[in-house]
Amino acid sequence: MTETQHTGRVLPVTDLSLVVLVGASGSGKSTFARRHFKPTEIISSDFCRGLVSDDENDQSATKDAFDVLHYIAGKRLAAGRRTVVDATSVQQESRRQLIDLAKQYDVLPIAIVLDVPEEVCAERNAARTDRADMPRRVIQRHIRELRRSVRHLEREGFRKVHILRGVEEAESATVVTEKRFNDLTHLTGPFDIVGDIHGCASELDSLLAKLGYRDGVHPQGRTAVFVGDLVDRGPDSPGVLRRVMSMVGSGNALCVPGNHENKYGRYLKGRKVQHTHGLAETIDQMDGESEEFRAQVREFIDGLVSHYVLDGGKLVVCHAGLPEKYHGRTSGRVRSHALYGETTGETDEFGLPVRYPWAEDYRGRAAVVYGHTPVPEATWLNNTICLDTGAVFGGKLTALRWPERELVDVPAEQVWYEPARPLHTEAPGGQDGRPLDLADVHGRRVVETRHQGRIAVREANAAAALEVMSRFAIDPRLLPYLPPTMAPTATSHVEGYLEHPAEAFAQYAADGVARVVCEEKHMGSRAVALVCRDTEVAHKRFGVPPGPTGSLYTRTGRPFFDDESVTEEILGRIRASVDAAGLWDELATDWLLLDAELLPWSLKASGLLRTQYAAVGAASGAVFPGALAALEGAAARGVDVTGLLARQRERAADAAAFTDAYRRYCWPTEGLDGVRLAPFQILAVQGRSLAALPHDEQLALLDRLVEHDPTGLLQTTRRLHVDTGDPESVRAGVDWWLEMTGRGGEGMVVKPAGAVVRDPQGRLVQPGIKCRGREYLRIIYGPEYTRPDNLTRLRGRFLNHKRSLAIREYALGLEALDRLADGEPLWRVHEAVFGVLALESEPVDPRL
Amino acid sequence: MFLTISTSGTAASPATDLGFLLHKHPGNAQTFTTSHGIAHVFYPEADPERCTAALLLEVDAVALVRRGKGKGRGGAPDAALAQYVNDRPYAASSLLAVAIGNVFSSAMRGVCRARPEAPAQPRSLRIEVPALPARGGPDLVRHLFEPLGWTVTAEPVALDTEFPEWGDSRYVGLALESEALTLSEALRHLYVLLPVLDDAKHYWVSSEEVDKLLRAGEGWLPGHPEHKLITSRYLSRRWSLTRQAMERLELVRLAEADDSEVEEIDNAVAEETEAEEKPTPLAVQRREAILDALKRSGAARVLDLGCGQGQLVQALLNDPSFTEIVGVDVSMRALTIASRRLKLDRMGERQAARVKLFQGSLAYTDKRLKGYDAAVLSEVIEHLDLPRLPALEYAVFGAARPRTVLVTTPNVEYNVRWETLPAGHTRHGDHRFEWTREEFRAWAHRVAELHGYDVEFTPVGPDDPEVGPPTQMAIFDISTATVCTAKEAKAA
Repeated sequence: MTETQHTGRVLPVTDLSLVVLVGASGSGKSTFARRHFKPTEIISSDFCRGLVSDDENDQSATKDAFDVLHYIAGKRLAAGRRTVVDATSVQQESRRQLIDLAKQYDVLPIAIVLDVPEEVCAERNAARTDRADMPRRVIQRHIRELRRSVRHLEREGFRKVHILRGVEEAESATVVTEKRFNDLTHLTGPFDIVGDIHGCASELDSLLAKLGYRDGVHPQGRTAVFVGDLVDRGPDSPGVLRRVMSMVGSGNALCVPGNHENKYGRYLKGRKVQHTHGLAETIDQMDGESEEFRAQVREFIDGLVSHYVLDGGKLVVCHAGLPEKYHGRTSGRVRSHALYGETTGETDEFGLPVRYPWAEDYRGRAAVVYGHTPVPEATWLNNTICLDTGAVFGGKLTALRWPERELVDVPAEQVWYEPARPLHTEAPGGQDGRPLDLADVHGRRVVETRHQGRIAVREANAAAALEVMSRFAIDPRLLPYLPPTMAPTATSHVEGYLEHPAEAFAQYAADGVARVVCEEKHMGSRAVALVCRDTEVAHKRFGVPPGPTGSLYTRTGRPFFDDESVTEEILGRIRASVDAAGLWDELATDWLLLDAELLPWSLKASGLLRTQYAAVGAASGAVFPGALAALEGAAARGVDVTGLLARQRERAADAAAFTDAYRRYCWPTEGLDGVRLAPFQILAVQGRSLAALPHDEQLALLDRLVEHDPTGLLQTTRRLHVDTGDPESVRAGVDWWLEMTGRGGEGMVVKPAGAVVRDPQGRLVQPGIKCRGREYLRIIYGPEYTRPDNLTRLRGRFLNHKRSLAIREYALGLEALDRLADGEPLWRVHEAVFGVLALESEPVDPRL
Repeated sequence: MFLTISTSGTAASPATDLGFLLHKHPGNAQTFTTSHGIAHVFYPEADPERCTAALLLEVDAVALVRRGKGKGRGGAPDAALAQYVNDRPYAASSLLAVAIGNVFSSAMRGVCRARPEAPAQPRSLRIEVPALPARGGPDLVRHLFEPLGWTVTAEPVALDTEFPEWGDSRYVGLALESEALTLSEALRHLYVLLPVLDDAKHYWVSSEEVDKLLRAGEGWLPGHPEHKLITSRYLSRRWSLTRQAMERLELVRLAEADDSEVEEIDNAVAEETEAEEKPTPLAVQRREAILDALKRSGAARVLDLGCGQGQLVQALLNDPSFTEIVGVDVSMRALTIASRRLKLDRMGERQAARVKLFQGSLAYTDKRLKGYDAAVLSEVIEHLDLPRLPALEYAVFGAARPRTVLVTTPNVEYNVRWETLPAGHTRHGDHRFEWTREEFRAWAHRVAELHGYDVEFTPVGPDDPEVGPPTQMAIFDISTATVCTAKEAKAA
């Protein structure tokens, strides 16, 4: 440090901008850049020349070098990173390209000019071996061009221009980083965001009162945020302006401009504007105000910033909505979009422009709160919400409490202005049936999950899932979850058994899980049921057209029954049980998502049963009588076939046991007669995922559901608690399983009693381990799998991939439920659900 | 799996000569190792009047599945496809044919050292195969064996006697009788026809199979009325089935996850598209009608949404007025076939630049589909469940918004004119609905109005005065909406 106080120039540079250094070769741009910016912020044309040609001074590589420079700068700006271009930029054409680049990414172009005498430049170049032979005329030309340019820089489009004359000024200058005007991420509110007011001063007063403001101040220090369109059409635009301006002035409110203020502001500046769409009323009303007030209004409107990014980036407020790529950006295009939104170029039957449904495409994490388009109800769509509920047209004035996400509204006192079109008119095609976007699911993806971090989905698996999801699955709005696959217990070495519960208990004990619950494995097909209280709930909460009251689907999202009336009848019976058990109120919900098993298996799998299982039974049934008789004949003749005959008799017995095994999963059904549904988990209710609710509480709720079903549809799930550290308890668990499977039961699932559980290392433990019965496994591993030599070979099965898959699918399933519970946009829920389906097509031994 | 061969005898030619002919002594039970298990030959009866040889193959089902596990972690195709629950140990399939070829190779060739003249003598023969898998049922069994001089008894086997409503299995109990055939002929018939009837998916075909077929079929196959079916089933079908199976492993797994068979979900590429009349197949007429409508619309950049195997894409490529052709399908298998059909990898650069094929789904909006002159939805909408149709409507008419949209779909009224179509059946197993002309028009008008299109209708195929054409086509054109200026837009 020198003793002299720092007296150099201070150059404000916006935090997100494209900084263009302008100066002759040798003027010290690179040194200046290194001194004031991060090395990664700087892209130099010399460096790019080296990248493409191995020679930083190869002028023939200039075009390619600038292509690279623009490409890198573009990537940085798209990612929201300040970028400094270190090239001579003395020619207008080269600057124009950079200004275009800044516009393309909606950032501010800033010029810093180093105007250094020719001699200094020449001296510096001479000292560099690689530039020592640069002709003097090159520097002269640079300086000539620079001098010619300097005066035009602002006109060229640079929003800030800093000119440093001479070596002394260049070296003593300092750069300070400035925030953008729209960046209020440091303000955390809480906020009350108010929709389009349009001169409805009395409604505004009522709303502010209802929100708790006293004379423009909230006792709890909340901040009001106005989304614009304060004026026009309504009875008292000056009153609204006065209230809002005073709140903004006193720091109790923020305000973004609407298109109506903008137009009125232009009027106040003396521009020619058409006095349409309610402007005439504002002009009339303001004529009664003082000149001073009009001047204040003009200044207020002039100072409004197109949009604000608030609350750490979680909230964006603007008038007409804003795609994510414009958040926090600064350009004419951003301002225009924030004020007017985007239109499709078409007009509707009322002659009004058709608005582009930008919110449909919105995939950003920040909530966007806006107004501009009158709608009958404020509703969330893809984390955006329009608060213009047409107060001036006789609707209501609406506010959103943030972060509470509560809506507060007051009705309009009267229709102040006749709307040009009814409030419910939408863009062409309406809301119904608007599908999700392919980009939300297609190709290789990584899904962020709360419980297991990033989970990758491979392209081939996504492609298969796309086919099944598109051609066979139900409406994604009614498909908020898919069940994960489940790993079997470690392979048993107990004689005669491939699976045995002892290993499952031991595995949980090793994972540090002391209490587990064994649940009977039902002999049916996995089913997920979404049960709404009525069709209105399905419509409002899940956005489907009126009609269905929920859904009942398989583990790949296909409808369980082709006939919708059968689905509705089952949903109706579940609903009646929920009613009778009083669970709606108890769980404070008007819908539930149930994980269940639908019986009999033959109901859904009849095709498979016939072509695969029964076929094997039929073939074996046909072949053995003849074969055994032939062997017995040969034996009677004294031919030694003893070993072969004994073996064939065993095989015949195995085949008969196989036939018995699959028959247990088949019984005839007529309508719903014979159909049973065994729910074993309530996955989610309004605002809450219940995945982490301990299983005994889950089962207690479900028992009540079963008790209150008079129709016999619902079936209870038998269970037993086991303490994995207590040999006595473990033995009881094994006996329970032996008894159940001995009677032909499918087996059981062992789950940690606490539901979502982690091991001492913090890893998720398996949410369940299945222990399938000895006889049931004949359906999986073939009639003769129990023969000792077969068992020996089958014990070589590989479980790790299945376990990993089970955990990944489980985490995706939990994520879907969390997103559903948090009221996240449909595409976010669907992304996780789609991920489960895609993972199901990973190559894993299907018999596990 | 099991079969018996019996013969009756006389003093001059005792039945026990069967032992010489088969090269297997009736007094012993003999064991042979074959590639898929152990074959046993024994004689339940062996008298001069009557002698029966039995061939029993003990198939190792576990080995059959695990054989395919070579390539890591159960990822090999056979591990996903082959099932431990498998009829191979019981049914008389290609594996039994292979065993016949191994165990009775001399008898098949008609060689007998002990009785050199005997193999050429016709004998009284009775062959029993108690569990013969027969794709095509007892009728096909008769059609295959009767022309060869056999008296055929083919009894269907019930799937499960406890569930009579399930009907018959694909197995028949087969008995063949003849006085006029030699044992060599009989064995060669079985060697070829057992796998033909089985028509199974898991069969390892090598190029030697052609030679084997020619050898075993010598003298009887060329003149057989069903020789085309026999040859194609024996050879070609299995090739493509194996190849198809490799191409759809992901779908196989999803089907398994949902207890269904892969054919239930991987049916986008139909083997026989629909019942079609021979002279001018409807598919060709449809293609011509579409090309004609596209030409009239002046479209140059065209989307074929649901392009299937790429027939229309091919036709569009042949017309240079179409400068950009995009085939989209949700089925990866359809796209693979389309790409093969179009020979995309061998196409010249300029031609290749005109065409693109990619996976897409009309259940989702897709930015890649925006900005085209025309979109064709030929025989697509009927493959969607009705509740999912609004998603397609929005994806095409609301989001992609091509200037022209052509939609074709079957006219269900015409179905009564298909003689081969049973009443009440749709033309394709995957059709979720088929509409009358009125239903189609009502839908088209609603969609047109909702999304700002004008619509006209054209019949495709013979326009029957009573029931209309077999295919109906709607031509949507975007309404000439007044394009508003930015100023107007801002004012509102």
